[in-house]
Amino acid sequence: MLLPLYAALVAASTALLIFAGGLVTSTGSGLSVPDWPTSYGWFMFTFPLDKMVGGIYYEHGHRLIATTVGGLILVLSVWLWRAEPRLWVRRLGYIALAAVIAQGVLGGITVLWYLPDAISIAHASLAQIVFCLTVAIALVTSSGWKQAYSGAASPTPDDRMLQAVAAVTTGFIYVQIVAGATMRHTEAGLAIPDFPLAFGHLVPPQWDPKIAIHYAHRVGALGVTALVLATTGHVFFHHWRRRELRRPSILLLLLVALQLTLGALTVLSGKQVIFNSLHVVTGACVLATSLVLTLRASRARFSGAAFVGSPRESGPPSPGFGVPGRVRAARDPRLPSAPAGAKA
Amino acid sequence: MRTRSGIWSIRARIALGVLALGLTAACGGGAPAEAPTTAPVANPVDQATAGAVIGRIVFEGTVPAPASIKMTADPNCGSDGSMSEALIVGDGGALQNVFVYVKDGLGNLTFPVPAEMVILDQKGCHYVPHVLGVQVGQPVQIVNSDATLHNVHAAGKTNREFNAGQPIQGMKMTHTFTTKEVMVPFKCDVHGWMNAWVGVLDHPFFSVTGRDGAFSLKGLPPGTYTIEAWHETLGTETQTVTIGAKESKDLAFTFRGAGA
Repeated sequence: MLLPLYAALVAASTALLIFAGGLVTSTGSGLSVPDWPTSYGWFMFTFPLDKMVGGIYYEHGHRLIATTVGGLILVLSVWLWRAEPRLWVRRLGYIALAAVIAQGVLGGITVLWYLPDAISIAHASLAQIVFCLTVAIALVTSSGWKQAYSGAASPTPDDRMLQAVAAVTTGFIYVQIVAGATMRHTEAGLAIPDFPLAFGHLVPPQWDPKIAIHYAHRVGALGVTALVLATTGHVFFHHWRRRELRRPSILLLLLVALQLTLGALTVLSGKQVIFNSLHVVTGACVLATSLVLTLRASRARFSGAAFVGSPRESGPPSPGFGVPGRVRAARDPRLPSAPAGAKA
Repeated sequence: MRTRSGIWSIRARIALGVLALGLTAACGGGAPAEAPTTAPVANPVDQATAGAVIGRIVFEGTVPAPASIKMTADPNCGSDGSMSEALIVGDGGALQNVFVYVKDGLGNLTFPVPAEMVILDQKGCHYVPHVLGVQVGQPVQIVNSDATLHNVHAAGKTNREFNAGQPIQGMKMTHTFTTKEVMVPFKCDVHGWMNAWVGVLDHPFFSVTGRDGAFSLKGLPPGTYTIEAWHETLGTETQTVTIGAKESKDLAFTFRGAGA
């Protein structure tokens, strides 16, 4: 009972960490603490508070939050190892732990190597993976997931079309975030200084690498918006009664609207620190919400789900034992059916 | 058995060889690698014939109001709202913090490296001076005179980038640049407004303008030189000047801003 709550806390703290990381880059404080893993020679947690000034406030604060989140994820993975019966969920915990360790090392390397673009972009991109892993763990350990959202009249439908479009949307959002990180770390955030036009035109009249990555991010935003509209439209049209799909869809729409606004404000304000940092963390929340929607839409493909077809389909309960592939295998009529009530 | 004539023959051959070597040396022949260079180890400037280039740098146009710096991020820096040093224009348009140097014309002359240290201080959460010049190999001492901590981050393109912490008041570090570069930017990432520029040259002919916008490049051998004036926000201006023995030439540079 406590595990999903704890996992949700870890996910929330990871979002806070991403916001803190956004503040570091937005304030240009990435190198304000030149050493790592120490801070000006002090052990991280003994660094004097009265020396937390200027850029150190953001950079050292980011390190403190990151180390705390790392500790929380360590506890989460141990908790899953000790208490979680599903192997694939335990593996999610191990992967999250490995990812957050790698993330810490990338953060250290990028400081010691004076913020090379490639490492900084990798650091920003892996942060999203860590966040998604913690959100996924919180989701799949929740009671709603375990009961296959069967509190309603019927379990979540196995709508392949929705699964496909939601998965594509989630993947595209991730690519868009990587493009945003590239724009951010190559100082291309104001390469196109006006909005919504680009140098007064729909397409920039001049090009260089910074303008190209900036424009790609803008076009990507349109792509994300279109895909989110397609996904949520599908949910509203076909699955309006499904609360577990409707709610993240509404949230996703709101977050995308907020994210577009923040992106515009970031450009128009000349990269004001708060707008800029909120744009980073809201992007992460868009990704995580889309992931939640994708996973919930795919719930029937995980083990323990009662199978209900798409609006035009119906079928027997899906037995399976773990990953979606096994569910598909178990549906093969040539195979014996799995015991009912297998844990998901 | 060696005959008398045979011995003479050997002596004659040696004498001829020595004579040939002597003649070769006297005529300046020999392998190109052994040619005398124009790069003496000591200072090649003959003070008896040395000249100078002096002048003043002015700004023309509407002088923008100096931007005030908000230093509340660190209470140790004070909250007096000091002004940005990016563009300082004095009386008569005198432009401060311009790095003026001989860009070309010295050929392959080399110059001794001064042993005295150049001081770059961090005082009141500002670099003092804001612009300075130094020779390759000359030690630069970076001092933290503030009761707060700074990081010293030099991001040279041809010189090695470095980032060092100075958390304690009074800390010092010494750095020497390995190659010429105009300019090496210094910044403190703790205090985002703190920056400085260091011009690194392989000769001593450089100057930084003060409040009066004046500069002087003294001790130049007679010759034709390209003189460049560099400013951190206004870019560069270049002029060519020829000076004769013991001659001093005036040179005026004008940087134009908006409305000029």
